[in-house]
Amino acid sequence: MSAAVPVQEGLFTDSEPPRLLGGRCGACGHHHFPAAAICPYCSSPDTEPAPLSAEGRLWAWTAVTHPPPGYLGQVPYGFGVVELPEGLRVVTRLTEADPDKLRAGQAMHLVHDVLHVDEDGRSVVTYAFAPDQPMAPSP
Amino acid sequence: MTEVEIAGVGLHRFGRFESETITSMGVTAVSAALAEAGIGRGGFQAAFCGTAYGGVATGHKVLGALGMTGMPIVDVEAGCASGAAALMLGGAAVAAGQYDTVIVFGVEKMPKGIIRSSFFDPWQEEAGMAATPAYFALRAQRFMQSSGVTKDHLAAVVVKNRRQGVHNPDAMFRSEVEAAAVLSSRLVCAPLHLWMLCSPNEGAAAVVLTRRPATPGPSSRNRVQLAAAVLRSHLPGAVLGESTPMAGLTDDSLPTASTLAATDAYQVAGLGPGDLDVVECQDTDAARELMSYEELGLCRVGEAAAMIESGTSSLGGRLPVNPSGGLLSKGEPLGASALGQVVELVHQLRGEAGERQVPGARVGLAHTVGRGANAGVVIVRRS
Repeated sequence: MSAAVPVQEGLFTDSEPPRLLGGRCGACGHHHFPAAAICPYCSSPDTEPAPLSAEGRLWAWTAVTHPPPGYLGQVPYGFGVVELPEGLRVVTRLTEADPDKLRAGQAMHLVHDVLHVDEDGRSVVTYAFAPDQPMAPSP
Repeated sequence: MTEVEIAGVGLHRFGRFESETITSMGVTAVSAALAEAGIGRGGFQAAFCGTAYGGVATGHKVLGALGMTGMPIVDVEAGCASGAAALMLGGAAVAAGQYDTVIVFGVEKMPKGIIRSSFFDPWQEEAGMAATPAYFALRAQRFMQSSGVTKDHLAAVVVKNRRQGVHNPDAMFRSEVEAAAVLSSRLVCAPLHLWMLCSPNEGAAAVVLTRRPATPGPSSRNRVQLAAAVLRSHLPGAVLGESTPMAGLTDDSLPTASTLAATDAYQVAGLGPGDLDVVECQDTDAARELMSYEELGLCRVGEAAAMIESGTSSLGGRLPVNPSGGLLSKGEPLGASALGQVVELVHQLRGEAGERQVPGARVGLAHTVGRGANAGVVIVRRS
């Protein structure tokens, strides 16, 4: 893509594949997302940045069929939760907008997802998970 | 602890009212509650107003329109549980002896469609992450995977609540629906169809709380006591809790805010779910009602499907849930919602609920939960 900007700085890398910029707490050992100076699970300040796995398993999914407030992109789009090996469940867009083509526990990987093109002609990009192998639709 | 009595209740019907303002609806509900309690200007020493979208000094505007200001007026925001939060504060102040009598009310005038919430950051809106019904849908899907609940059970909740709402003159939707029609209404976010989701709307509700007088008055037969009014927030960790975090832990053992609130409320009231005669619960979506059965201890974990299937939670069943028609019939004016439930329970406990009366109801529970997370559980009982 020619010119692209992240929808928000500090959430994901621009590498291929992208990585989510999470953190890990030295006190409780839990990972968290997004990165935070104070652990959201045990309140410890002993946190450090920790890029998260770009691969995970699908834990919950649906599709959004009507544009929610403030959203400028296309509908429908997939929306769900992916479980990462770090013991973290991440709320995320999904590239697959047909819920019937997805199944629980399916292998997913992180990708960049273009939301819309802004007034300066730049692609506004966010993170999304895509199925490793597209599933055939249910009979 | 001093007994806190509900001396009067009032309601402005829930729905869409182009000619009404949030203030005028509040005036209607507050005036009705004060009239029932037999008090007027100077009859209460503090006011607590629940609202999520009302804006600055909403409670002051309502009481200002009545010429009844001067006392402390506290505006309270706790999402869908704003009215429960106001009730918790008002009830505690009376129980502590700080005031003899307080007015607690909730008002709201919601825009149509998906609720826009300042809770989400602008980038979350831009990325399509502020899709509130999608979070409901994910929660419903997980619940269905673990509980044996099917879409037919979700439809059954809608059919039940809409059937019960027919008899509620204060509800927005007063027509019965068939399961097939629910399942063929527009798919909003799978597995949730449009008719399985409640409508944000407008309305107001009010409750007068007073320290129980030493000598019962002439209407002692119908007295209703506020036995518990509890608000809890979430514990960190659950990804699909009403706190709607961006991530959570792979830990399914965390109690929800609703469970925390219910546990506290039962303890404060000195009773358990087996003592309940009637329940009003948060049916923002049809699955939410079934989850509440388990969180509130109305049935054991895994038995919500059986509870709706058997008719246990229908009017005429052992423990009717949402005899008012629930949010699916009434709509949800956030700040007024919890107190609207309490108004319904007071009518039930007084035996004034007409065709939706739960015979002989003595103990009722009201449950609200939403953004925050905020979960409110209120228990009322006949004195």
